[in-house]
Amino acid sequence: MRTPFPFSAIVGQDDLKRALMIAVVDPAIGGVMAFGDRGSGKSTAIRALAALLPPLQVVKGCAYACDPARDAAECASDCAARRTKGAVKTETAPTPVVDLPLGATEDRVLGALDLERALTRGEKRFEPGLLARAHRGFLYVDEINLLEDHLVDLLLDVAASGENIVEREGLSIRHPARFVLIGSGNPEEGELRPQLLDRFGLAVDVRTPADVAARIAIVRAREAYDRDADAFAAAHADAERALRAALAQARARRNAVSIADPLLAKIAAICVQAGVEGLRGELTMMRAACALAALDGRDAAREDDVRAVAAMALRHRLRRDPLDDIGSTARIDRVVAEVLGA
Amino acid sequence: MTEALRGDDAALAAALLAIDPGGLGGVVLRGPPSAARDAWIADLKRHLGENAPIRKAPAHIDDDRLLGGLDLALTLQAGRPVLRAGLLHEAVGGALIAPMAERCSPAFAARLAAAQEEAPFLLVAFDESRDGDEAPPSILRERCAFWLSIPDAPPRGDDAIASLDVAHARDRVRAIGAAPDALMHDLCLLAARWGVTSIRTLVFANAAARASAALHGRDAPNEDDAILAARLVLAPRAVYVDASEAPAEPPPAPPPEAETSPAAADAAVERLVEAAESALPQDFLRAVAAQQAQRSARARASGAGARAKSAQRGRPLTSRPGALRAGDRLDLVATLRAAAPWKRLRSAGARSETITPVRRADFRIRRFVQKRESTTIFVVDSSGSTALQRLAEVKGAIQTLLADAYVSRARVALIAFRQNAADLVVPPTRSLTQAKRRLGDLMGGGATPLAGAIDAAHALAVAERIKGRTPLIVVLSDGRGNVARDGTKGRAAGDHDARAAAAGLRAALVDAVVIDCAPHDRGDARALAQAMGAAYAPLPFVHADGVDRIVRAHAPPR
Repeated sequence: MRTPFPFSAIVGQDDLKRALMIAVVDPAIGGVMAFGDRGSGKSTAIRALAALLPPLQVVKGCAYACDPARDAAECASDCAARRTKGAVKTETAPTPVVDLPLGATEDRVLGALDLERALTRGEKRFEPGLLARAHRGFLYVDEINLLEDHLVDLLLDVAASGENIVEREGLSIRHPARFVLIGSGNPEEGELRPQLLDRFGLAVDVRTPADVAARIAIVRAREAYDRDADAFAAAHADAERALRAALAQARARRNAVSIADPLLAKIAAICVQAGVEGLRGELTMMRAACALAALDGRDAAREDDVRAVAAMALRHRLRRDPLDDIGSTARIDRVVAEVLGA
Repeated sequence: MTEALRGDDAALAAALLAIDPGGLGGVVLRGPPSAARDAWIADLKRHLGENAPIRKAPAHIDDDRLLGGLDLALTLQAGRPVLRAGLLHEAVGGALIAPMAERCSPAFAARLAAAQEEAPFLLVAFDESRDGDEAPPSILRERCAFWLSIPDAPPRGDDAIASLDVAHARDRVRAIGAAPDALMHDLCLLAARWGVTSIRTLVFANAAARASAALHGRDAPNEDDAILAARLVLAPRAVYVDASEAPAEPPPAPPPEAETSPAAADAAVERLVEAAESALPQDFLRAVAAQQAQRSARARASGAGARAKSAQRGRPLTSRPGALRAGDRLDLVATLRAAAPWKRLRSAGARSETITPVRRADFRIRRFVQKRESTTIFVVDSSGSTALQRLAEVKGAIQTLLADAYVSRARVALIAFRQNAADLVVPPTRSLTQAKRRLGDLMGGGATPLAGAIDAAHALAVAERIKGRTPLIVVLSDGRGNVARDGTKGRAAGDHDARAAAAGLRAALVDAVVIDCAPHDRGDARALAQAMGAAYAPLPFVHADGVDRIVRAHAPPR
């Protein structure tokens, strides 16, 4: 495994980086979808994120990395039994960032019968899949718009319920699977199913920078990284440490951040005027604004926060008119300017 | 100069790949299997060193072999877990060859790409497609620095390269200094000028320049290295090329775009462009300009979605007895269940008491169903005076169909015919975004090459069928062609050829509907439908809802 490219060394892509950091600060926002061309650094940013995530407290030995603070009944098939035997032993584990590759089989995603055990010992045992590994962490699907239908169905179901239920191969297993879904893809290669799109809290447009200086800077950084990944990572270690600390602090502060009623009214006005259906848009905007304030070390969200998150929270929620060529981003920007003033 | 030079470039590329495999990723080798290709692989192997593994992954390889895991057959035999390393793992530090990469599934491509990111190996994708109607999935092409055409004859006269010390350059490449800023600047501008936007391509160009510097014993890349990088990495990806280079002939299909950057006129870039372009054969550049737009659109369109392969994924059905072939998945529980009743009988004198002996006859193979995808191919008469209105309505129908394409697993393509040609305006796509862009600049008016259009639809339908999708051809016309297959005008020849083309389509057993949009039924469209073996639906006043309704009524069952 190569040393990952440091997050703080990524040139440009401010929108994507901000959205990812918001998702780390408040996982309840519901994931990030990155639209954009190939080779624009989406995967790099998402893989780099793994190094910034705070470690987790898990029940020792639990196959699903359960949270000791939560109810034991949730993990009926593994750690409930452990917990009844007196005090729960805990350990720390890194927050998982799991790749779900295109063309993964259902077995690998859901988990399946442990073939080795079954064949050699005649034992029926469940081998956890990618969903179990992603519990309490991030599940990354590159080119999610090309993901096969039956896997999309499965993801939607688990993402909505926070629980993976396996009823196949004579197994009957349920285990918690709450994860932040990160997707990327190029809409030109196929549309994303609306139900799945709706699952994402934030959506960003990732573009290749057109500015020559920025492009050179990216190529240079990549060159330095390819030449000696460890030295490159060491050179950015301070920035990474600072970022990690900032994220941890923001996470701790998140629930204390308040948002004033007049600002909430403005958020609602933006959603109404942009024609967003349902309440998910408002909720996401509010949470994202608070997360951004927490990242900035403040205890209250401001108009600037709302302005910064409006497009990413609403971009994918506007009703699509196939004949309308005005981009969603432009429409949101216009509404935001109307409500908050330019 | 052309062939020799291309031979040289291919030989150089092999050396550069061996010098910096991690930085360059791999190569797409276009061309049929040939001695030249074998020679190229042998060259690469020699450069990489005799110990470097070179593995070949056929497209039908199963996951167990590709990713490694439990060896089912051996495990059953031995009664203890027997693990086997995956091919991807074995290729680390060497090269992995993907033959017929243009036919590989997106899933296979995604796996190679992911594995390469984790532990580097050189990816060698053979593109054996003809006429550019297929291409390796873009996820693979994007990860390969070089896209080479293998010349017909093995390259000769590359002594100059043979004399260079590749192994030494390999040791040195990490110590090569950075390219001067001015040079990087020029490379970036050149990329922009050729319409190459991907940053990864620039990263490849930089790595190629550095590897070239190492190969030629320089301490940092100079202009020659940049020219080589531009030629090998950027030029094959060029979307548009300045047409002024070829004044003798009219420029090909995509018009040269306006210069986006005023600085592009910079003398240094001009020099780089000139050197890079003059080093390439003229016809190659023009061919690039003509093909690239079309090819990339098709590659994009063909990369998506799953094939209707039912042995491996989809919703599970009940398993059935059968022999375990590669790619099949064993339903273990059912297999053991089948074997259980015989346990006592079979295990007399066996090694272990706990293991249920399994015989071949017990094997139960899993089956899956997967929805078939369909492709609706619109063939629209855009000739004559009423064309514009007709086109507008068809556009509406296409957009309605695509708006819920995800649910109906439908792809849509559009062939418009007017004047002398039938154009594939929208290649098969599921993307509203792409279709909208391509429908934007449709034109109407002129003569009616009906025969050519039916032939084009026929070819497309067959191609779609090969990809596992069910085609439906929808012809919107009054059924009266007046341009023959050879391009001569005239009602009689045009009609005759249209009937012949229709008969060909009938023989291919492709589902079709003819929507008659003549204001009065003159029987032409009806006769065409008959010749085609197609359903006939009159729709004198073409409107989007009507077209949509007819298409849905005739859509292949899913």
